[in-house]
Amino acid sequence: MTGLLTVVLFLPIAGAILLVFLPKDIPGPIKGGGLLVSLLTFLASLAIVGRFHDGIGGFQLVESHAWIPQWGINYTVGVYGISLWLVLLTTLLTPVVILASWNSIHKHPKEYVISMLVMESAMIGAFLAMDLVLFYVFFELMLLPMYLIIGVWGGKNRIYAAIKFFLFTIAGSLLMLLGIIYLGFQQVHLTAGGVPTFEITQLYGLSLPPHIQTILFFAFALAFAIKVPLFPLHTWLPDAHVEAPTGGSIILAGVMLKMGTYGFLRFVLPFFPDASIHYAPLLICLSVIGIIYGALVAWVQPDMKKLVAYSSVSHLGFCVMGIFAINQASIEGSILQMVNHGLSTGALFLLVGVVYERRHTRMLADYGGIARTMPVYTVFFVIAMLSSVGLPGLNGFVGEFLILAGSFQTHPGYATVAAIGVILAAIYLLWLIQAVFFGPITKDENRSIPDIAWNEIAAVVPLIIMIVWIGIHPNTFLRRMEPSVQQLLATVRGEQPEKVMTASLAAAATRSPVAQTLLSVRSGARMRGRQGLSVGVQGPKGAQTEVSVLRVTR
Amino acid sequence: MLDKLWLIPLIPFAGFLLNGLFGKKIGNGLVTAVALAASGLTAMVSTLAVFQYLGAYPDHGRHLDRVYNWFTAGGIGTDVAFQLDPLSIVMLMVVTWVGFLIHLYSVGYMGEEDGYGRYFAYLNLFLSAMLILVLGSSYLFIFVGWEGVGLCSYLLIGFYYDRDYAAAAGKKAFIVNRIGDFGFLIAMFLMFNYAGTVDFAGVQSMAARGQLTPTVITAICLLLFLGACGKSAQIPLYIWLPDAMAGPTPVSALIHAATMVTAGVYMLVRSNLLYRMSPSAMMVVALIGGLTALFSATIAVAQNDIKKVLAYSTVSQLGFMFIGVGVGAFTSGIFHLVTHAFFKACLFLGAGSVIHAMGGEQDMRKMGGLRKKIPTTFWTFTVATIAISGFPPFAGFFSKDEILASAFATPYFPAVGKLVWLMGTVAAFFTAFYMFRLWYLTFTGDFRGTHEQEHHLHESPWTMTFPLQVLAVLSIIGGFIGLPQMLHTPVTNLLEHWMQPVIPEIEGIGKLIEIPVGTEATVALVSTLLAALAWYLARQRYRGRGLAADLATEQSHPGLVHTLENKYYVDEGYDATVVTPLRQLSIFSWKVIDGIIDGTLGLVGYTVAAIGDLLRFFQTGNVRNYALMLFGAVVILMWVFA
Repeated sequence: MTGLLTVVLFLPIAGAILLVFLPKDIPGPIKGGGLLVSLLTFLASLAIVGRFHDGIGGFQLVESHAWIPQWGINYTVGVYGISLWLVLLTTLLTPVVILASWNSIHKHPKEYVISMLVMESAMIGAFLAMDLVLFYVFFELMLLPMYLIIGVWGGKNRIYAAIKFFLFTIAGSLLMLLGIIYLGFQQVHLTAGGVPTFEITQLYGLSLPPHIQTILFFAFALAFAIKVPLFPLHTWLPDAHVEAPTGGSIILAGVMLKMGTYGFLRFVLPFFPDASIHYAPLLICLSVIGIIYGALVAWVQPDMKKLVAYSSVSHLGFCVMGIFAINQASIEGSILQMVNHGLSTGALFLLVGVVYERRHTRMLADYGGIARTMPVYTVFFVIAMLSSVGLPGLNGFVGEFLILAGSFQTHPGYATVAAIGVILAAIYLLWLIQAVFFGPITKDENRSIPDIAWNEIAAVVPLIIMIVWIGIHPNTFLRRMEPSVQQLLATVRGEQPEKVMTASLAAAATRSPVAQTLLSVRSGARMRGRQGLSVGVQGPKGAQTEVSVLRVTR
Repeated sequence: MLDKLWLIPLIPFAGFLLNGLFGKKIGNGLVTAVALAASGLTAMVSTLAVFQYLGAYPDHGRHLDRVYNWFTAGGIGTDVAFQLDPLSIVMLMVVTWVGFLIHLYSVGYMGEEDGYGRYFAYLNLFLSAMLILVLGSSYLFIFVGWEGVGLCSYLLIGFYYDRDYAAAAGKKAFIVNRIGDFGFLIAMFLMFNYAGTVDFAGVQSMAARGQLTPTVITAICLLLFLGACGKSAQIPLYIWLPDAMAGPTPVSALIHAATMVTAGVYMLVRSNLLYRMSPSAMMVVALIGGLTALFSATIAVAQNDIKKVLAYSTVSQLGFMFIGVGVGAFTSGIFHLVTHAFFKACLFLGAGSVIHAMGGEQDMRKMGGLRKKIPTTFWTFTVATIAISGFPPFAGFFSKDEILASAFATPYFPAVGKLVWLMGTVAAFFTAFYMFRLWYLTFTGDFRGTHEQEHHLHESPWTMTFPLQVLAVLSIIGGFIGLPQMLHTPVTNLLEHWMQPVIPEIEGIGKLIEIPVGTEATVALVSTLLAALAWYLARQRYRGRGLAADLATEQSHPGLVHTLENKYYVDEGYDATVVTPLRQLSIFSWKVIDGIIDGTLGLVGYTVAAIGDLLRFFQTGNVRNYALMLFGAVVILMWVFA
């Protein structure tokens, strides 16, 4: 019996395999097929939200199968509050990307759609994997389609940008691989037959000696810092974005960069809590530099895409700061901001692509006054801009506010400097708007640009809806991540995970009979003397039983 | 109605959606209907709510209507909740009714403009945001309105977006406001840190119970004031407001005179308890207010654009309000806010009517002798001019003198109070002077424009003159809500009694001001005499002489005149000291620092690659091959072991 998460994870790849058998010369059905597959994946991912229980901090909907048992590697996937919305962001952005590139990809459309679908599976897999090796496989698998997307469908310097992108990211992750192997062998003596353990939940409780933590912390942090990218490791990003096609930029900025921030939350903080707390000021300091630096450099970019790319450095700086401020508000804000950035920057890249299709230039100087010729387009762009600026009522504000207010409690100085980034965001984005949309039309080519087309509207509207939804009712999203973040904090602070677990369940039990059942199951598990962190898993077997408990009580 | 306060901002928001989405298709008639219906209905529903409040809360307490929790994480967050109390009610009535009048006026003024639907959509959106700002029950929730009005201001200043200066002015307004918002944000972070809440009542009760240290309170007060300086155009952040005149004139009247720019005053009065616990913060507010009032009044004297004069006048008048708040006379700040809303809206709309008649001309040097051609505009403008100049018994007299007398009598910092009084009094003198200069240059003497303009001169339609008349009447009688003690009328200090629940007398916390009758009478006498003197000087210089006197002064004191005309070169100063260096730093970061980083990382990469080459491992050196190997390995692993 295949579980829901596996369906969501492999649906895109299955679709991609089917597409392989279609002939090359029917771009319509190929794109349609890709869109259909990605939409089905999105619908399936909605079911994850439907089955997700708020009030539970551990992993849910867990599935586990032995994969390479002699090495202790399992196919184990599960979702928790920190990954839930990132999975949904991925499944939302993929159909958006396919729609947005409907008329802009003429070269090898089949391979393009296949790359996108493989990319989607890899990203979802990285978010869901509960086994370190499985995670690593997906983490690296992502590089491949993205490398092709930049290298095949990119701009003039695409080969240079693609190789730079590939080398930067792979350089960081190789060290991480060593770290993963080291971690896997930490509990060899506990298992029968000396098999290593890569199961994340088994590793959360490890208390490694400080010097080991420090080494591993940097091995992991380097990989993720490059992905984010954190200052001063950001220089691959503008090149990659400028050369990538629109769809590639949306996926790259929208989801791939979040692998870095997500990695910090999922691995770095809980695996190396002491090192994380010790080096938090360093990472916060780099984040704050990135916030200011990215914003300033964005302001002087002559190229729209580069401007948005540098703004990502600034925005992702907020996310990393929120993570390493290590408190409830800042981390929830950070997770929300990852989603927000995916929506607003995704929308901005999409919209930059719209005029690029029409004018084949992204230089600010080539535009001016196009609000007159493209009024509908202008409205969408301004909304996306306001979301990125952090206007209250739209999504960006809530994330930024939680990050800053939360960080202020632990690092008031850094948070205050970071808040200057809020002023700078207005400077570079309003500058962009003024230069492109306002003023008199000075170039004849701009007098007759066709306004945004239907497929482009269809692509951007879902993003706008989410931008408004998160802005007005962010609790839909915050509520479901809260227990997981509480649990993460408990792990980092070295509190007894069981206690917190039970406490949060007990709180939930007052509301939900399901949680009550779970609570009793949980106590049962404890009686048997098992130690562990999540509701979901002790080992593959335990997971199955608990998942079935969930199903029965529904 | 009281349990549906959320309807009040929602109605104009619906108008915004309708006109924003369909404005282009449904034609000007329906746009007008939607916009007027939305703003009129809002005003009526608000009034209804006020009457219900009066019935339900005879003690004028705080009515709270909680809608839902906006967000909460780790104790940080707030509710979407609206409140009604005497202060909210004053703001609510001014915003909705003046707002409605200006909507009505706009029908005539904007009738022939492109983007009619867009204009009214923005105007309705503004109303909605402004109502959230005055009805919200926590700092964080009113911040939605606070930034929302900023957005509308940005959109409306840049309404004529194809003019470079309008687009630039809109951007400048938004960015300068953001600098203020930075202060507002940090103030809220401090509140969460030390009070655990940003609810108005919550923060004040924490402060009153002594849970906040004086340092924290002072910091919060100063940071909130930084926010107020942005929104309410005070030194050093006033620079955006004069540029904001690039927007349509009714917008200048509504947003940049009567309502939005007074939001800072509102917020400070809302926080009066905190300020009363921090006299040093109050002193900063009073001094900045006094400086701004004086500084911008002197600039207004040398401006020739009719709207620019009024813009600097607004900055100056806002300075008066901050003097009131700063010296501890919170009610007088609100009093002046109300009367100013009447006479300044009347002046701006009157200026709009003049500009309308002149076919878009704003330069007073090309006007003159308009009194006969546009009589209704003329008399309403005259009334408002007398009101702002501070002649009794017009509205501005009472409110301005209450502020000046309070400054003179403030118990918090008597010496500085006298200084602030002096600055305010001199500013009041300049106020009367520049207003009568404007009045003489515009309405008296000979017409100095072109023949074509002269031929075109006409009185505006009723949609424009009716709001003028209403506002003129209010400029006359508006002061009666705050008649001073010394007059011994049966309706003395109505506003002060009304506001009492918002500014409670609390044992041990900053006392309220008692103005001795002698002080009040003296201050009133001095400023009335000075206003009369200013009027007399203006009459001597400009009556029947047109521009002659100004030209003569320019001949004799060119330095002074040019300095004033160019607003003391403050914009140029900011450019040279802030904007240009920042831009250079940015370019340096991009070209140099990024280059160094790239070079260093490239070198590292090259070294590693060279070592790799030595090892001759995977010797193809082709990334695509590496990738394929990786992918292949994964596939094989999955296939073998699955």
